[in-house]
Amino acid sequence: MSLPTSLKLPIYGMACKGCASKLQTELNAITKVNAKVDFASESAEIVIEDSSDYDATLKSVVILIEQKGYKTTPPSQQDTVNNNLPAQEKSSKDKSPASSQVQTQELLVEGASCASCVNKIEKALNDLPDVQQAQMNFALRTLTVTGDVSEDIIIKTVQSAGYNAKSTDNASDEQLLDEKEEAEQKYYQKLMTQMKFGLGLGVPLMVYGLMGGPMTVNSTMDRAVWLLIGLVCAAVMYFAGKHFYIGAWRSFVNHNANMDTLIALGTGTAWLYSMVVVIYPLALPEMARHVYFEATAMIIGLINLGLALEVKARGRTSEAIQRLIGLQPKTARVIRDGKDIDINIDQVLLNDLVRVRPGERIPVDGKVDEGKTTIDESMLTGEPMPVKKSIGDEIVAGTINKSGSIIFRATRVGKDTALAQIINMVKRAQNSKPPIGRLADIISAYFVPTIMIISITSALIWLNFGPDPSVAFAVVSATTVLIIACPCALGLATPMSVMVGVGKAAEVGVLIRNGEALQSASKITAMVLDKTGTITLGKPKVTDVHSVNSMVDDQILQLVASLEIASEHPLAQAIVESANEKGLSTDKVEHFNAITGQGVEGVVLDKRLFFGNYKLMSEQGINVNKESLDISQKMASEAKTPMFFAIDGELAAIIAVSDPIKEDSISAIKRLQKNGIRVIMLTGDNQATAKAVAQKVGITEFFAEVLPEEKSQKVAELQAQGEIVGMTGDGINDAPALALANVGFAIGTGTDVAIESSDITLMRGSLHGLADAIAVSKATLSNIKQNLFGAFIYNVAGVPFAAGILFPFFGLLLSPVIAGAAMALSSLTVVSNANRLRLFKAQDH
Amino acid sequence: MLIINFVGIVLIAFIVWWFWLYSPNNKQKKLANNIGDEVNIMVQDGVYQPSNIILKANTPSVIKFIRKDPSPCAATLIFPDFEISDELPLNKTTEISLPPMEKGKYVFHCSMQMYKGYLVVE
Repeated sequence: MSLPTSLKLPIYGMACKGCASKLQTELNAITKVNAKVDFASESAEIVIEDSSDYDATLKSVVILIEQKGYKTTPPSQQDTVNNNLPAQEKSSKDKSPASSQVQTQELLVEGASCASCVNKIEKALNDLPDVQQAQMNFALRTLTVTGDVSEDIIIKTVQSAGYNAKSTDNASDEQLLDEKEEAEQKYYQKLMTQMKFGLGLGVPLMVYGLMGGPMTVNSTMDRAVWLLIGLVCAAVMYFAGKHFYIGAWRSFVNHNANMDTLIALGTGTAWLYSMVVVIYPLALPEMARHVYFEATAMIIGLINLGLALEVKARGRTSEAIQRLIGLQPKTARVIRDGKDIDINIDQVLLNDLVRVRPGERIPVDGKVDEGKTTIDESMLTGEPMPVKKSIGDEIVAGTINKSGSIIFRATRVGKDTALAQIINMVKRAQNSKPPIGRLADIISAYFVPTIMIISITSALIWLNFGPDPSVAFAVVSATTVLIIACPCALGLATPMSVMVGVGKAAEVGVLIRNGEALQSASKITAMVLDKTGTITLGKPKVTDVHSVNSMVDDQILQLVASLEIASEHPLAQAIVESANEKGLSTDKVEHFNAITGQGVEGVVLDKRLFFGNYKLMSEQGINVNKESLDISQKMASEAKTPMFFAIDGELAAIIAVSDPIKEDSISAIKRLQKNGIRVIMLTGDNQATAKAVAQKVGITEFFAEVLPEEKSQKVAELQAQGEIVGMTGDGINDAPALALANVGFAIGTGTDVAIESSDITLMRGSLHGLADAIAVSKATLSNIKQNLFGAFIYNVAGVPFAAGILFPFFGLLLSPVIAGAAMALSSLTVVSNANRLRLFKAQDH
Repeated sequence: MLIINFVGIVLIAFIVWWFWLYSPNNKQKKLANNIGDEVNIMVQDGVYQPSNIILKANTPSVIKFIRKDPSPCAATLIFPDFEISDELPLNKTTEISLPPMEKGKYVFHCSMQMYKGYLVVE
């Protein structure tokens, strides 16, 4: 007897776990078959114990599956031979297992630098008993392994050989997007076909009714005709509305109720009542012998139409993310073994050298290794001016190389690139919900059963108190209540607007972390701006060196730079840079000490040096005469930061450092103030400098001489005054203040998005990003409110109307067909209103 | 009329019990999966199947979602308690990694809460 052979068959059409277990029992009844049917994965593991009877047994298995009403795809003859032959017949290497799941996998190898590495890796894998063949493409650094072996084992084997392997991301974002679009298109077409079925029957029937045709059963002939129409209607319900009924039933057994439940119940009630009229007309009073087949067919047609249009409209809500995904090139030109080769983007490895020509997109993140160029980063940062890049500068995937040809070294690839992270962050934020949506969520949870109860209550009221034919009125009102109620409009109200709003923000270089941040940003009443790096460029420069004694400027700079070289403070760096620019060398510093909030001290060339603010001088007992003080105050009034330099207890110089204000800070601050936001500046600078900078940019409130740890205290003080505080900083020194603020804004340096402590990241340095973020948030929130209001009002007004509340006063009762149209329109209106946000434009600046 | 009214009230009571008050007993929960099983959830015909998942407390878990439902509603999956949200591509398996959880019941749903399931952590 031959060895057992196993295979996996897909099984389509199982409705429940019970079906799976029943099928399993019956398959196991086949001789020499051992089957395990899995409902969740819709598949069956079949072991045929004697492979000499393989074909006949497999045929029996397939026939049995089909007899039971399920579908399967048996493996092709070729596959069967390749995948399922017993071990001894399979390969001369005698490596195939008896029960094989032979598959071919492709992995990427890192660290292989020569042909001998290839041999080593291939040998290590080929030595595994379950591997039939392992082959490596050295140029592409890809490894193809055929055999019954898991990816984990392959990776571990490659690692034990001294290299690294990782799986290729076969499904890129772009592929997933294409597949999604294709699936949506198919779904759209299916819905449109179903709509045609529904309206194909419903419209002629309704026109007949409107033209005065009797929709009642009065004779045997009427019964025969309406029975035929009823059966055609049942067929339409099956072909065009099956999904509603299956969905409703599945939800019901899961103790859940949704839109399908309402549609199924509504159309089902109308059809059943009409069939009762046709089959047992005598069971009902004469006036109540009215049929509603046209309503059933029309509702199914209209709701399918609504769903189809909604699918189209929804597609547009994810435009922003599609645009971001589209920024990623598909291929990269890497230099391996001295040759340029074009490879798929997912095959680029860390440290690969990548060549990019003018006009091409940067494929992965990296550092320029050769050449210089300008890069257009506007698609990520919103910054319109191209940025100059030369050796050592960082460049990011998705941006466009404008002028020169460069070679760069890949530093982040695949899911680690800034672009991939931005896409991820936007996707995550798009699916998160702001608190405003919570009420709708709570209502949604109770909505459908409540409507069902209202529908029954309405029918009972009509039956008890309604005029004749009360039973017909009861059916109409019950059906109309079920159909008009729209949980979808309520459920879609918030997520659709968040989807468009977050995407819109990303388009202008504003990354919103989640729905809560989006909502809070729309309510900000006070905005705290850290001066350095936020209002100013964060790149201070030495502007004045005023010698108090006989020393020349260069001597002073040389000594101060020697002292400051050990400090990481931005002002210290400005002085060191200034000395470097002048070609001044630095001397060794000893006994260096940074005095928080004051400055630094140290010994250079046996001279005891102090460099810092006025407080440092006074605490050290160094005399600053009136003339020097006046000079320093004049510097401060010009928005410069004056610092005092003392040698061996004597004041030697005053050095002024100025951090230039960003070009558009003034206009951005004006925009914030115009929106009624109280703008406050925070700085560690002295009072006079802070005042001068504040005046320059049009800020009236500022906190000066604030130590880093005091920043969050200031935020708390403002919150105690009842303000909703936004805090803007660089995300490093300001982390506690950013976290404490109602909304923390981190100003990104270019495209660095790894700023975890902020709620909103501005990818470009401009403060206009703040105003844009707030404007987008406000627009999104107001869009959500419109949607929620519309959805609430629609349901609150529509349901009583459908139940017949106007009937006693005006004799008005809504038709179920109108209810169907209204329901289809309501969710479409919500999605379309959300789509209006796509047209939102942040104010020109 | 009395009978009709009675039937109506019974129907209302049934709706309240079936959709709001019902809580699955242990036997029904066990139909879903055993602790430690690989959990596969089919997203089809408007529901998550199974919709009650038993997971072990304080242990990270992975759940595989297979979406067969073409409706765009089914595309988004949200675990609000863990701030997890993901897109489920059609006819593909999506793995969701969940952090270690304390004992309790956690909901997961689509963006509109029409599809709903529960993680029962024991």
